[in-house]
Amino acid sequence: MEAYLDNAATTRVFPEVRDIMLQVLEKDFGNPSSRHTKGIEAEGYITKAVQQIAGTLKCQPKEIILTSGGTESNNMALIGTALANRRAGKHVITTRIEHASIHEPFGRLEQMGYEAQYLPVDQNGHVQPEVLEKAVREDTLLVSVMMVNNEMGAVEDIKKLVTVAKQKNPNVIFHVDAIQAYGKYKIVPKRLGIDLMSVSGHKIHGPKGSGFLYVRDGVKISPIILGGGQQRGMRSGTENVPAIAGLGEAVRLIYQQHSEKIERLYALKQRLIDGLTAMEGVTINGINGLPLTETAPHIVSASFDGIKSEVMLHALAQEGVYVSSGSACSSNHPDLSGTLKAIGVEDRLLDSTLRFSFSVLSTEEEVDHALEAVAKVLPQLRRFVKK
Amino acid sequence: MYQAFLIKYAEIGIKGKNRYKFENALCQQMERTLKPLDGEFVVERQQGRIFVEAKGDFDEDDVIEALQHVFGISGICPVNVIEDKTWENVAKGVGDFVEQQYDKLDFTFKVESKRSDKHYPMTSPEVCVETGAYLLDRFSELRVDVHKPEVRIWVEIREKAYVYSKVIKGAGGMPLGTNGSAMLLLSGGIDSPVAGYMIAKRGVFIDAVYFHAPPYTSERAKQKVVDLAELVSKYTGPIRLHVVNFTDIQMYIYETCPHEELTILMRRYMMRIAETLAKKNDCLGLITGESIGQVASQTMQSLAATNEVCTLPVYRPLIGFDKQEIVELSEKINTYETSIQPYEDCCTIFVAKHPVTKPELKMLHRSEEKLVGKIDEMVKTALDTVEIITVGE
Repeated sequence: MEAYLDNAATTRVFPEVRDIMLQVLEKDFGNPSSRHTKGIEAEGYITKAVQQIAGTLKCQPKEIILTSGGTESNNMALIGTALANRRAGKHVITTRIEHASIHEPFGRLEQMGYEAQYLPVDQNGHVQPEVLEKAVREDTLLVSVMMVNNEMGAVEDIKKLVTVAKQKNPNVIFHVDAIQAYGKYKIVPKRLGIDLMSVSGHKIHGPKGSGFLYVRDGVKISPIILGGGQQRGMRSGTENVPAIAGLGEAVRLIYQQHSEKIERLYALKQRLIDGLTAMEGVTINGINGLPLTETAPHIVSASFDGIKSEVMLHALAQEGVYVSSGSACSSNHPDLSGTLKAIGVEDRLLDSTLRFSFSVLSTEEEVDHALEAVAKVLPQLRRFVKK
Repeated sequence: MYQAFLIKYAEIGIKGKNRYKFENALCQQMERTLKPLDGEFVVERQQGRIFVEAKGDFDEDDVIEALQHVFGISGICPVNVIEDKTWENVAKGVGDFVEQQYDKLDFTFKVESKRSDKHYPMTSPEVCVETGAYLLDRFSELRVDVHKPEVRIWVEIREKAYVYSKVIKGAGGMPLGTNGSAMLLLSGGIDSPVAGYMIAKRGVFIDAVYFHAPPYTSERAKQKVVDLAELVSKYTGPIRLHVVNFTDIQMYIYETCPHEELTILMRRYMMRIAETLAKKNDCLGLITGESIGQVASQTMQSLAATNEVCTLPVYRPLIGFDKQEIVELSEKINTYETSIQPYEDCCTIFVAKHPVTKPELKMLHRSEEKLVGKIDEMVKTALDTVEIITVGE
């Protein structure tokens, strides 16, 4: 039996997503910019997908820019804002627990002459509103905070953070990385006061290479990809129609019977945490004193005392259980997880931490199989500790 | 007129009565190497020369690159073949060849000629003189320099006429298959792929063995070794890579013996297993990438300790090389970038801080006595569960 519990890294596409993509790849393959029927057919898929996305955010279709995924959306949001607002301010704020696709563009902003500030978080990964309030200045151009952390599933109080930031400086542009949040939460940017929001398709059973950036009507950003003027000039390049059609379908499906889906995810999460904490030398990160429902429904970060996460990961893979050490995107880096450090995980556990993550397709059987596998490999691996 | 490649070979020219065997092996290797390329190739032997005739939609650079991976070739000359060898036609063909090969026609040259067709109406010196005169006539900026020409233009009159002027360096060595097989201990490092290349260069077919220690070494570490074998196989032809699961053996040694002896004892068991696999596969020796003093397990004492457990000869082509020299070779054979990918192999896990550098054989024997029995079972299991991955087919 297999248990794929690495859904925060990527998910399998829904069968309906595959079907519509095949249809586009094989039959309706036109270039949406072509004037003939084939082009118009293809354009129809884009229009529909954008409507589906806009429907879930209760926003206007023109507020959606389709991208190649989360990384591009984040880059476009940050770099695009800086390019479009050169005279508006020289100070930008984010947190210490963001994904590399935020931190790296922030490094670029610093090269461009911006002063960047990286906010600390508490032991549950939360940015304290007071801390943000203190940080925001008159010349703050941009604040970027992720809604759900990818490594331990901390959920930020975006509404509160937006409120304090804008009270201090109403001109602040607030960007939210919602890559791990979209599909898990119903997000209406207008209600939260969000200006820009990034989403990736392949975290919600859509295809890789799909995603979008929400840009609130009235917020100015400059395009970072220039060319044939597609998407009103905001993101040139022939649209990836199969991926966009797939994304639209995934968006539609992920929000069907949504609250049931989320309840199931929390039940799985509880089941896994109960099983893990019953074992010796296992600690769960980022839920200190919090009700489960205030953490993300799909991510569990667990530390296994005395075991190298890399070795444990391979041992679990041999049992057909697929998980991540840190986040799959950052695990290529030799330095240890900045997020886990930021929430105060003990040094000796930093390299002993695994992430289990669910999707709406995950099952109780998978969780049970994962628990059995952990129970099996833990004593085997602990037998050989480094001398 | 069509294109061909004249193949020059070095050492195999002097192998006396066995010469045909070497030439056969060389032709076979060339055919194998050219097979996957676009175009049609005929490898042909005539009077002490090997020609590759190229037809169809081939890419000259691809052909040359492929031939540069064939051991036994010292030089590759792109040749134009002139089928109608009446003198006027040959002269024109030589002129066309020169025009096609050189962008700027303002160099000094000399024509060299050979004539194996003794019925040809002109002698070799006549061919030289007449061709030179033709070229001077046709390209006004060319000049003759018979002592130090910038370009030598060779014209050979055989059944057909051949013209060439460039010799591109080949891989040297001897054709694969002229010297038996050997088993290479392949790790993910820089040295062992180079060692395999060097022995293969002497005409030896290569088999390989890799010691995998899951879950302590990752699938990616294994994939890296497969990738390295694939790169080496561009020179050596297909390699059968034997993947041995070494975890239990390694852990048992770790549990039972002094920690500082772990690496050297592991090496001894690796050599034993490699030798068993070598004999099973009719290999006549083992190959390692060791170099004296590079690491603790490669001091002369350690080498003696690993050597002791084998009866087959152990070939260590890098034994006197500095690291930098090995790196340069690995860059040349294109394995360096793959070798430096950062995945742990089984020699780096659980390694002692201060491993023995001068192991005494008596000490090692005493340690191994503690392992006897159970470890033999483990070795047997490891041999029974070998996974074989063939690359480079």
